[in-house]
Amino acid sequence: MRQKNLELMVGVFIALGLAAFLLLALKVSDLTSIGNDQGYRITARFENVGGLKVRAPVTLGGVRIGRVISIDLDRQSYEAVATLSIDPRYDRLPADSGASILTSGLLGEQYVSLEPGGMDSYLKNGSVIKLTQSALVLEKLIGRMLTSAASGDAPRK
Amino acid sequence: MSLSAIFPPELTPDITAVTVRGLSFYRDGRPIFDRVDLDIPRGKVTAIMGPSGTGKTTLLQLISGQLRPDAGRIEVDGVCVHELQRRDLYQLRQRMGMLFQSGALFTDLSVFENVAFPLREHTRLPETLIRTLVLMKLEAVGLRGARDLMPAQLSGGMARRVALARAIALDPLMILYDEPFAGQDPISMAVLVKLIRTLNDALGLTSIIVSHDVKETVAIADYLYLISAGRVVEHGTPRDLDCSASPWVDQFMHARPDGPMSFHYPAPPYFSDLLAEASA
Amino acid sequence: MMAWLAGMGGFVLDRLVRLGRANLFLLRLLGALRFLFQRPGLLIKQLYVVGVLSLPIILVSGLFVGMVLGLQGYANLVDFGATSSLGTVVALSLIRELGPVLTALLYAGRAGSALTAEIGLMKATEQLASMQMMAVDPFQRVLAPRFLAGCIAVPILTGIFTAVGILGGYVVSVIQLGVDGGAFWAQMQAKVQLFADVGNGVLIKSAVFGLLANWVALFEGYEALPTSEGVSRATTRTVVTTSLAVLGWDFLLTALMFGDW
Repeated sequence: MRQKNLELMVGVFIALGLAAFLLLALKVSDLTSIGNDQGYRITARFENVGGLKVRAPVTLGGVRIGRVISIDLDRQSYEAVATLSIDPRYDRLPADSGASILTSGLLGEQYVSLEPGGMDSYLKNGSVIKLTQSALVLEKLIGRMLTSAASGDAPRK
Repeated sequence: MSLSAIFPPELTPDITAVTVRGLSFYRDGRPIFDRVDLDIPRGKVTAIMGPSGTGKTTLLQLISGQLRPDAGRIEVDGVCVHELQRRDLYQLRQRMGMLFQSGALFTDLSVFENVAFPLREHTRLPETLIRTLVLMKLEAVGLRGARDLMPAQLSGGMARRVALARAIALDPLMILYDEPFAGQDPISMAVLVKLIRTLNDALGLTSIIVSHDVKETVAIADYLYLISAGRVVEHGTPRDLDCSASPWVDQFMHARPDGPMSFHYPAPPYFSDLLAEASA
Repeated sequence: MMAWLAGMGGFVLDRLVRLGRANLFLLRLLGALRFLFQRPGLLIKQLYVVGVLSLPIILVSGLFVGMVLGLQGYANLVDFGATSSLGTVVALSLIRELGPVLTALLYAGRAGSALTAEIGLMKATEQLASMQMMAVDPFQRVLAPRFLAGCIAVPILTGIFTAVGILGGYVVSVIQLGVDGGAFWAQMQAKVQLFADVGNGVLIKSAVFGLLANWVALFEGYEALPTSEGVSRATTRTVVTTSLAVLGWDFLLTALMFGDW
């Protein structure tokens, strides 16, 4: 009987451990998003991706519709090529949609925002977004401000 | 090929169970044994006696293979103990029981489980048979009623008797007793003396007792070895030793405070030692 | 000067000898693990002793550490208006560092010291020697079940500590401080990676720490001088050595796993 109790307690202990790992896998980490990566891929070419990271969200109108799965450099054109995976639920995005890299908040992470175009054909697997706007690089902005200030042409509206 | 391998032990009662030849052992560079020779006869109670600190316990550890000698040979049943692989040594030990000075009962197991321990580890007997065997062994030491107690609830003498029951659980051919009488009250001492003798005769064991309690040991031993300063000083039957001519044996056997075995630990001369202390 | 050099040399030599002994000890321990297939009951009992009995301290500490992380993180993030990242902060600090490290330290104090004292006392009271005399190998019967049970228990305790800590962080930030619950979990899920964070931090780190903690505890107990002073010193050494080893290895592992070389 004592042995039985012992085994029960140890069983409870192991079960608690499994529950903890399940919580960590399902609720805390991205297991859910790894599981259903069945989105279609589109690429976008940027002059500069700034601080954009793999796994950053892709949004449209503020709603998350996919994520960045890889960032590469085109060796001929020296452009950054970001591959985006878009949730198949959103399969009616106009083919002339534009992409821009924005920052959430002042110091937040960078993400890709899509602006829908007006064409009748839609983006599909392998499509390329042509209309892109690169990330804002703070140093360049400041540098531009300084040079224009030095040439006596202070920026005003 | 050893004798005992050819003849079952009960047919060769007179051959020796343990033979020690030229045993030397050093601890921290200090000699504990210096070319010691011993013969332990089979089926008898042999006592190894000597003053405290002469390495009697060490001798038992050497015989049971817990320590290795620096020189010489120790043969148990014709097998050289310290040349055995661990597996063979463990096989040999299943035929040896040892009673430790403290009893060395497992404090997390009950009396019953302590005695059942060697049976459970070395046999695959059914539970009912284990129960019968354990109760038999406990009955032999008179503690069948104490089977559900924990070791912490036992007196020193009772703990030693439980340990004895555990040592005979696998029906060994030889039992080594390490100071079985040390720190016991007169009654439990008498009980232990009687137990050691009856177990030896009833089970046909070879018993080796290491002790410095002269009276009790002489009462049960068939043969005595006296050890001092790493050598065997004298050996013989209790009667031989009792009337030995050697002043050292006389001092030890009759417990005289001073004699050849000095009362003082080796030291520089008393007077110069005191002066040195004062001038320091 | 010569004496000082000789002393230093002796000390280094001493340490090396001890390191060698500890590794031989580990080898014998690993060799004895096979025996547990025959006697799984021994493992269950030790899992109870080192695992189940360590649960209360792990649960309480995990909860409080998570709640403190929630409070502190909030106080810092609120200035940047970034309290929605609170979930990420709590989860990543627990999963990558605090969970494995604090669990190992608590385990060393709660279970490791007890293991050392138990083995040391078994040695001092000749229980190990009498076991050997009964032809039972203490490595198989006593040390191996404790070692394996400890190595299983530490990762499980780490998982529980981390999960409870995140729940504690949730309670403080969402229920008490009013951070948006959806953002708490969503931000966490967006930033925490299953293999790179949970796998490396909770699983691999805690497995290494579990091995270290139990190895040190059993070795110190087995090597303890068989006196009451010897056992008490060994117990202290277990806690000190384990803590230092865990922190040192944590740095190494963190550099390997999360560092950008």
